[in-house]
Amino acid sequence: MVYTYDGSFDGLLSVIFESYRLKTSAEEIVEESCFQPGLFGKPTFVSTNQVHSKRVKQGVRKRCGEQTTETLYHVFLSEQPQIEMLIYRFVRLAVASTENVMSNFREPIVLKIHRIQKQIHREVHRMHAFVRFQQTKDNLYAALVNPDFNVLPLLPPHFTQRYPMFRWLIYDTKRNYGLYYEPASDSKESQSPSIRFVTLDSSSPQHLSPQLLTDAEQDYQSLWQTYFHSVNIPERRNDKLHIQHVPRRYWKYLVEKQDNH
Amino acid sequence: MSQRINEKLSILADAAKYDVSCASSGSYRKNTKDGLGNSQGMGICHTYTQDGRCVSLLKILLTNYCIFDCAYCVSRQSNDVKRAAFTVQEVVDLTINFYKRNYIEGLFLSSGIFKNADYTMERLVRIAKKLRTEHKFNGYIHLKAIPGADDELIHQAGLYADRLSVNLEIPSEKSLKKVAPEKDYPSAYRPMNFLAKSITGYREEKKTLRSTPTFAPGGQSTQLVVGATPEKDYHILHLANSLYQQQQLRRVYYSGYVPISDDQRLPVLHSPPLIRENRLYQADWLLRSYGFSVDELVDTQHPDLDQEVDPKLGYALRNPEQFPVDVNTAPYELILRIPGIGVKSAQKIVQARQFGKLRSEHLQKIGIVWKRARYFLTTVDPDFRWLGFHPEHLRQRILSEQTRPKYSPQLSLFG
Repeated sequence: MVYTYDGSFDGLLSVIFESYRLKTSAEEIVEESCFQPGLFGKPTFVSTNQVHSKRVKQGVRKRCGEQTTETLYHVFLSEQPQIEMLIYRFVRLAVASTENVMSNFREPIVLKIHRIQKQIHREVHRMHAFVRFQQTKDNLYAALVNPDFNVLPLLPPHFTQRYPMFRWLIYDTKRNYGLYYEPASDSKESQSPSIRFVTLDSSSPQHLSPQLLTDAEQDYQSLWQTYFHSVNIPERRNDKLHIQHVPRRYWKYLVEKQDNH
Repeated sequence: MSQRINEKLSILADAAKYDVSCASSGSYRKNTKDGLGNSQGMGICHTYTQDGRCVSLLKILLTNYCIFDCAYCVSRQSNDVKRAAFTVQEVVDLTINFYKRNYIEGLFLSSGIFKNADYTMERLVRIAKKLRTEHKFNGYIHLKAIPGADDELIHQAGLYADRLSVNLEIPSEKSLKKVAPEKDYPSAYRPMNFLAKSITGYREEKKTLRSTPTFAPGGQSTQLVVGATPEKDYHILHLANSLYQQQQLRRVYYSGYVPISDDQRLPVLHSPPLIRENRLYQADWLLRSYGFSVDELVDTQHPDLDQEVDPKLGYALRNPEQFPVDVNTAPYELILRIPGIGVKSAQKIVQARQFGKLRSEHLQKIGIVWKRARYFLTTVDPDFRWLGFHPEHLRQRILSEQTRPKYSPQLSLFG
C-alpha cells in the first residue's frame, strides 16, 4: 500500500495507525505535496488524526520509554529521503518486541535511528554554538542560519532559557521561516513570553542589511573579530582540525569568519 | 572608544591565550526569569581557533602589567611587550555584549599581578560580583585565584564564579624555583586546599540546607606547562593524579610549551611538543574515565608515554596476557580497556549482547575502531588471528596500518 500524508509528524503517525487498522503493510509513505502520480499505484491519503497519533506514541512509549517518541520526532526532522519508512519500520519492530528495542544495537533499523538522531543532535548543538545575533535599531536580536536539517523546532528550550529578556529571531534562510521570541511585557495584553514561527513576506533574506543595525553592533562585531584573531597561536596552526570543527558551510553567518584581518 | 578597547582586547586576549583551559562545562547554573544566560553542564564551543582549540569563553587578562618575572610567561616584567589594563566596567560590557550575541558561554578572567595579590584579586572579584548582581548574569565565570590573596577574597570569588583555578605551571617545585624566582609550591597549594575544603563544605551543607549558596559549582582546575623543564611524564601524571585525589580538581590541563621566550632560563625549542601534550591528555582521560591507575600507564621503566602509540594501546601491548577480551562475556570494565573501544561503544556492547551473541559485523556497525580493536577481542566468529599475539609484531602492524600521518600536530582527544 502507498500512503500519502500532510507532511507533519502526527500525520505520519496517523498513517502508521491506519496501516495497523487496515492490517496492510506500507510500501511507501510520501508527503502528499511531493507525491508523483504514476510512480507508484494509486495512493491512500490519510489525514492527520491526533487521537490516532497519540495511540501510536503510547505504544512506542510503553515498549521503549518516553524518550523514544521524542527521538522519532527528531529523526523525522532530518528530512532524509525515505525517513517515513524508517520510522514506520521502527514502530513495527518496537511494537512487535517485548523488550526495549532501542538498546538492540545488533539491529540495522535501530542503528540507523540512533545514527540519524546523533546527526540531529549534532546539528542542534551546532546551532546552539553558531547562532550569531545582530542587534537591530528597533532592538531585535536577529540571527540568520542555514542548518543541514530542519532543527528550528528543537531550539526554543535552549534559547528561551538563555535569553528571556529581549526580543530575538532565528531565521532559517534555507527553509524560509524563523523562530521569534518576545518577552512578557506590561504594556501589552500578553503577560507571558511568547514564541512562534514566522515567515517574512519578502523572499528569504540572505544577509541583514547594515542599515538595519545599531552602531554598537558594528563595534561589537569588530571587537569579536579582533578577539578571534588575537587568541590564535600561529605556532600551533592546524587548518584541518579547524575545518573539522567549523565546517565551511557555516562560515557564511559566522561574524568571526567575515573579517579581513 | 571602540578603537581603544579594540587595542586593549588584542593585547589582553593575546596575553591570555597560553592558558589552555577553556571548558565551560561541569557547572549547572539556571537562569532567572529576568536574568541573562545559564550554564548547562555540557559546555559549548562557540567557535574554534585556527589551531583547532575550542573558543567557549571570553578569555582575557584584566591587565598584563606584572610585578613577577616568570621565564615561561609572555607577561613577565622583563619582557618587552605592549602593556594594557581594562577597567572593571569595560570587562563587564564586553562580557554582556558578547554573551547577548551568542559569541561566548561566559568569562574567563585572569590577570598579571599589579601592586600585590590582594589588590589584583579584589578587582577580579569585583567584576564577577558586578556581572552576577547588577546584570543578573548567569553564564559561566572562571576566575583565577591569585596565590597570596586573602582567604576572604578567594572565598568571595567562589560565591560568584563557576570555576576557579590556580596554575601550578611548572610540574616540580625545583624547576619552578629556577624559572620563577618569586613563586613556590606552598603559596599555590594554599588557595587550592582552601578551595577544596570550601567546595566540599558548601556541597555537604547544601544537602541538608537547600538555601545554601552555590560555591564554585564547576570545581577547580590547574595547568601544567609541558616541555619547558625536564620532568618526565611519570612525574607529571603522578602530580596530576595526586591533584585529582587530594585537591579534587576537576581538570588538569597540559600546555605544550610554546617557545615564546628567549629567556636564558628556558630550553630552545623549534616547535611546541604537541604530540607529547596530546599523549598526556589521552592518559589523563584514561585516569578519569576509563578506570586506569597511573602505574598502569607509566612506571620507572617507562617514565615517558610512548609517542608513537596512544597510552591505551601501549597498555595493551605491555600486557598481552590480558587480551584478547571476549566481548560477549567480559565485564564492562574490561571491554573499556580494549584499544579502539570508547565509553559509548562499550555501553552499547553491554546492552546489545543481551539480545544475542555479537559477531564482528555487529561490532563494526556499533562504531568501534575495528581496525584497531580486532587484535584485542574475540566474538562468536571463528578467530583467524594468524599472527598470534606477539606485542612487537602487533605494534609494527598497527603502525603500518595507520593511514593518516601519525604526527598530525594535534590529534583528536577521543579518537
